Amino acid sequence: MSVLDRGPREQIQVLDEAGELVGDPPSLSDDELVAIYREMKLARHFDARAVSLQRQGRMGTYPPMSGQEAAQVGSAFALDEADWLFPSYREHAATHVHGVPLERTLLYWMGHESGNRMPDEANVFTIAVPIATQIPHATGAAWAATLRGDRHAFLCYFGDGATSEGDFHEGLNFAGVFDTPTVFFCNNNQWAISVPRERQTASETIAQKAEAYGFDGVQVDGMDPLAVYRVTREAVAKARDPDADESRPTLVEAVQYRFGAHTTADDPSVYRSQEEVEEWRGKDPIPRLETYLRETGRLDDERVDAIQASIEEEVSAAVDTAEGERRPHPEEMFSQVFADLPDRLREQLEDLERLRDRYGDERFLKE
Amino acid sequence: MAQATDQRTATTTFREAIRTALREEMERDDGVFLMGEDVGDYGGVFEVTQGLADEFGEERVRDTPISEAGFVGAGVGAAATGMRPVVEVMFSDFLGVSAEQMLNQMAKMRYMFGGKTDMGITIRTTEGGGMGAASQHSGTLHTWFAHFPGIKAVAPATPEAAKGLLKSAIRSDDPVMFFEDKMIYEREGEMPTDADFTLPIGEASVEREGEDVTVVATQRLVGESLSLADELEGDVSVEVVDPRSLYPLDTDAIVESVEKTGRLVVADESPLSYGTHAEVVARVVESGFFSLDAPPQRVGVPDTHIPFSPPLEDEVLPQAADVRTAIDRVV
Ligand SMILES: Cc1ncc(C[n+]2csc(CCOP(=O)(O)OP(=O)(O)O)c2C)c(N)n1
Ligand SMILES: [Mg+2]
Repeated sequence: MSVLDRGPREQIQVLDEAGELVGDPPSLSDDELVAIYREMKLARHFDARAVSLQRQGRMGTYPPMSGQEAAQVGSAFALDEADWLFPSYREHAATHVHGVPLERTLLYWMGHESGNRMPDEANVFTIAVPIATQIPHATGAAWAATLRGDRHAFLCYFGDGATSEGDFHEGLNFAGVFDTPTVFFCNNNQWAISVPRERQTASETIAQKAEAYGFDGVQVDGMDPLAVYRVTREAVAKARDPDADESRPTLVEAVQYRFGAHTTADDPSVYRSQEEVEEWRGKDPIPRLETYLRETGRLDDERVDAIQASIEEEVSAAVDTAEGERRPHPEEMFSQVFADLPDRLREQLEDLERLRDRYGDERFLKE
Repeated sequence: MAQATDQRTATTTFREAIRTALREEMERDDGVFLMGEDVGDYGGVFEVTQGLADEFGEERVRDTPISEAGFVGAGVGAAATGMRPVVEVMFSDFLGVSAEQMLNQMAKMRYMFGGKTDMGITIRTTEGGGMGAASQHSGTLHTWFAHFPGIKAVAPATPEAAKGLLKSAIRSDDPVMFFEDKMIYEREGEMPTDADFTLPIGEASVEREGEDVTVVATQRLVGESLSLADELEGDVSVEVVDPRSLYPLDTDAIVESVEKTGRLVVADESPLSYGTHAEVVARVVESGFFSLDAPPQRVGVPDTHIPFSPPLEDEVLPQAADVRTAIDRVV
């Protein structure tokens, strides 16, 4: 039986909090399992470095993701390269798995225009900061693929708070009616800034909202990478190639917790207790998978140390690359608005260029 | 300036010209598809898409749920992944329902993608009063979109402009808002029949030459101003300029006309404050101040809503008589 048939009120788990196998593991090779572990460790380390760069004034406001590694890595791992990924602002690990280099993510949060540009080879949409806005985009892109005859899946991430927006309803309703190959992936991290999940919706689960749109909803332990992978993999396969009686879209609710602040601009101790944080830390996805991999002989101290050393090096290299990026050119502000520059905008650019020639850039910079 | 090689034309309505543009572009490019409320078999509440679902199938001419944010957003997603959706929003009064998707997404997608993404979406919508449709179905909102960076906005007045500009809009890699004045769907005129005929977005058209005053008119008011110019023939010589696209706006053509006539009247059905009129006047003042012989005049809707009551609606909507009054003030 597909895990998608379990109904939206039962939480799917493969590894329990102690790293014991409690459900059917997905079919993943030893290398793939270790790769998932490595990506989660990389994400955790990247996150810590990014927060500290922000604290040192070397980066802008940054939304941390610690605690959410399993949901992001497990789900993005379930995609094939040709599938599309629609991120919100917190999906640093998911986008990395799907081909976005770490330095690109750093550049984005450092405020470089070049950080906006996703690499050509990665089917990753632009980062959505307005809440839920990417949901209709994913539906529409999936519909466009259907019209073209492509058979790709479209995985769209958003938070628990996003499910209260009109765009969530419109995007999912549209997907149900058009039967688009879209997987809606809700990172339910219990909080929308300071507002808890219970104040977003009176629904018992978020997954059950799918029933109203006429497709499957499934709740998964979002801190269990193997369960997340398994659920997403099945949802993606169904999106591409459903049985006659199945509809393509799926709503996945991944139950998890953000260990850190909403962004580096906020102090979570104002709205939530330390006990709550500690309780969820007990479900930390990284030791969970590590225990399982050690107990099944796939990891040992030596490999763990080697992985740790290699990710630290990878993150440092990304920071160096991002910090070596040239200062953005003012022309980009004008040239990237339209495919062809309208006369009015050209004149405005020329005005700015005249000022720069006359006074030099230093006059305009605060640093 | 028409780019067609085949110079033949046919007399057709504004509505049929739009339908022809849609049909030709769908034949030309498989990536073009239509969606919106009631656009399928029913053919749209103003019958513009009638027959297209039969011709192209209901997948490519697709009825959507009543969901402006949903289908505009879906169009944005489709356009960003290489398609050319043409989305119909039944009344421009409902554009606000999808404001996030238009103003924050469609308009900024290229920029937010670091210039990497094309956004070849066209939004067709209706505007204008005169049908007794009351305030929530009669608005003229094009100024919002002409104002907002990242969007091109066109508002044709003739079958030729409708066909030529809609085809350019669909082929454009930028988002284009295509505003259809619902009072001129029956307006007839000559339309080039060549399937390669397009009009560049951003070029005004001098619809009638004159010496004494320039009337920059849009949509329904182009026809009204032309009739008025005929009436005034021998008395006042009126030049009628239709900007056709509101952004980009053809400042040169307008200023050139005012340099000749020395007088300017701007006639547009949007509300008078902070609007399209003000932009045209400002550009003339910036670039042609010393050729002005009289203060520029604005003709539009007062800063109120369009009433349901037919006599009040007539009162509020700008007509030829209002253009006449404005001309009298400056000539
Ligand atoms: C349309 C919109 N409204 C409000 C905001 C401000 N805002 C930014 S993040 C956020 C909370 C989102 O919570 P959730 O969807 O649960 O995602 P999370 O941040 O927890 O990942 C809010 C209200 C916004 N970005 N966009
Ligand atoms: Mg949340």
